Amino acid sequence: MSVVIKAEQVSKQYRLGEVGTGTLSHDLNRFWYRIRGKEDPYLKIGEANDRTKKGSSDYVWALKDVSFEVQQGEVLGIIGRNGAGKSTLLKILSRTTAPTTGTIKAKGRIASLLEVGTGFHPELSGRENIFLNGAILGMRKKEIERKFDEIIDFAGVERYIDTPVKRYSSGMYVRLAFAVAAHLESEILIVDEVLAVGDAEFQKKCLGKMKDVSSGEGRTVLFVSHQMDAISTLTSNALCLINGKVAINASTYEAVRFYLENNKASQGVYQSKPIPDYPSFVRVEVITSEAEGVHKNGEDLIIEIEVNMPFIKEGIAVSFQIFNEKELPVIYNYIFDSEQPILRKTGISKLKCIIPKCKLYQGFYYLKMHLAESRGKIKFQEVDKICQFEVKMMNKIIEWGWQKDVCIYTEDFVWIKDDF
Amino acid sequence: MTNKQQEHWDLIIKPKSSFFQLHLNDVWHYRDLLMMFVRRDFVSVYKQTILGPLWFFIQPVLTTVMFVVVFGNIAKISTDGLPQVLFYLSGITIWNYFAETLNTTSNTFIGNAAIFGKVYFPRLVMPLSKVLSGLIKFGIQYLLFVVAMIFFALKGTAIHIHWAEVIYITPLLLFIMAGLGLGGGLILSTLTTKYRDLTFLISFGIQLLMYATPVIYPLSTIKNPTYKAILLANPMSSVVETFRYIYLGAGELNRGSLLYSIGFMFFLLLLSIVMFNKAERTFMDTV
Repeated sequence: MSVVIKAEQVSKQYRLGEVGTGTLSHDLNRFWYRIRGKEDPYLKIGEANDRTKKGSSDYVWALKDVSFEVQQGEVLGIIGRNGAGKSTLLKILSRTTAPTTGTIKAKGRIASLLEVGTGFHPELSGRENIFLNGAILGMRKKEIERKFDEIIDFAGVERYIDTPVKRYSSGMYVRLAFAVAAHLESEILIVDEVLAVGDAEFQKKCLGKMKDVSSGEGRTVLFVSHQMDAISTLTSNALCLINGKVAINASTYEAVRFYLENNKASQGVYQSKPIPDYPSFVRVEVITSEAEGVHKNGEDLIIEIEVNMPFIKEGIAVSFQIFNEKELPVIYNYIFDSEQPILRKTGISKLKCIIPKCKLYQGFYYLKMHLAESRGKIKFQEVDKICQFEVKMMNKIIEWGWQKDVCIYTEDFVWIKDDF
Repeated sequence: MTNKQQEHWDLIIKPKSSFFQLHLNDVWHYRDLLMMFVRRDFVSVYKQTILGPLWFFIQPVLTTVMFVVVFGNIAKISTDGLPQVLFYLSGITIWNYFAETLNTTSNTFIGNAAIFGKVYFPRLVMPLSKVLSGLIKFGIQYLLFVVAMIFFALKGTAIHIHWAEVIYITPLLLFIMAGLGLGGGLILSTLTTKYRDLTFLISFGIQLLMYATPVIYPLSTIKNPTYKAILLANPMSSVVETFRYIYLGAGELNRGSLLYSIGFMFFLLLLSIVMFNKAERTFMDTV
């Protein structure tokens, strides 16, 4: 196996705030340093990129000293929270922007699928756009002609092929765009969250195609996604970025765990001061069967909610979702004012939801709360990643132990043998 | 360490590229894309219009009519003894190509930020495609000009075509205009990525520049030495004048000022390439 991508100490600096104010003065200053043969003065400053903290410098490092290697035929996942530097890394890899320092070396062509429909011209037909898009991605006309039927077949839009793409549904758009890119004979393919669009059938097709591309054709794929599921099924290794630095570069299993560990929901009771003149949650608690946020599979799970209403509003809806540690929603429920009057007074009201004999499988779970008004379709508040709790399979000891990730929910079962 | 020398990398992404690296082999690889952009420009503009490509004719015809009325008949500006229609049409035909090239290439970065931000292809393909699609439009308008010339010749107007020059100077003129338009456009497009002020200047700047070029008046009518110096400093002046000389026999062929225009064009192109190269690497961060 040979190394096809080698990134060495790649860094990228961005200037925050409005470009334009003081740009000229900084440019002149830079120029003055350069003609005297000195280093760019603005390269020395700059802070790690943490979007949540207010920094003192206008310059931040979106990427700082990122180094990694990718083997041929490898599918490397890139994960990280919003603003961790994933997109910047991809932009540098796809050569849409240059790094501030460091180099990336690559063998073969790199094609990126950063966002679908890039370079599609709405007025042109699907056929014309296949050629245009293919050419933008670096294909020669002959290459496209050779693969034309295959592309249409993969996209499944044969009927619309001579219709301007502005008449396409967004799903068809994506299908066509992915089809073109997937048939590109590039040695390295960069894919960024395209799978979010398109229906389930097509998503499956894309995932399958990406697998073929890497294992069958020996091409290398870099895959960026927030969906830990897709990352887990597709990639063998993953890179987790935190604030512009490589936090871990390991097997996907380890990297995903690391990411989730670092991106954990808050534990315990959620409490917040009432927002003035605005409906909001002031307290949410998950009451588990055991102490310290541990719940026994099969026991009642109780969710206590306190909502502050600064004014009386009809049509309020309170709902919650329970997510598992792979950020997959598992349970959803709601209470709705028009079905069962709630929160019809100002001040703090309490609600309680009991999930009888909650049979979530072992693992970690967290809550996402929604507060909305249904008639005006107003969403007042959304609170995510709170009240983490753990479910354990207590008193249900089986011989070889409960295995990880075999399911997310258990049920009562009755097994009957022979005599029925 | 010994291993390193054996390694061969197809692509190296570095912070800065050298000044004059044009990646022309890259552009060559993307020549199909270049042709497709030209086609796209041509096809997409007139989709969902009734008259379609006829608009290429209507625009210069109406402008010529307007010029004949305003500058010819109301202001009574001399046309060097040529029929007004031919005089203005020749000026418009040649000016349009330059103005169109300058205007469309100056929009390279900002107008294509969305696509440049997502995929890499040699950025130069985009402005080059504008130069080529402008050439097609020029061809159509040139045809109109030739038809008008034949019409006037049949009517008995004396037209002194310098056949030899027509053949070897016309391509030269096109080359100069393409170079000037592309060079100027690239410089403007790099500057606008940071300083958006220039976008306001471009469209009416081109308009103003037309008045500083002998499009609606012959150079021979300018007697004021200051004005004449300004006109001669404009590299487009000799292009327009030469065009009229070789096709209509008016004015004169001043080899000196034509050489000046060529020199100016090369200087502008060189400067623009340096600036374009520099901006190309990081313009996504500032645009």
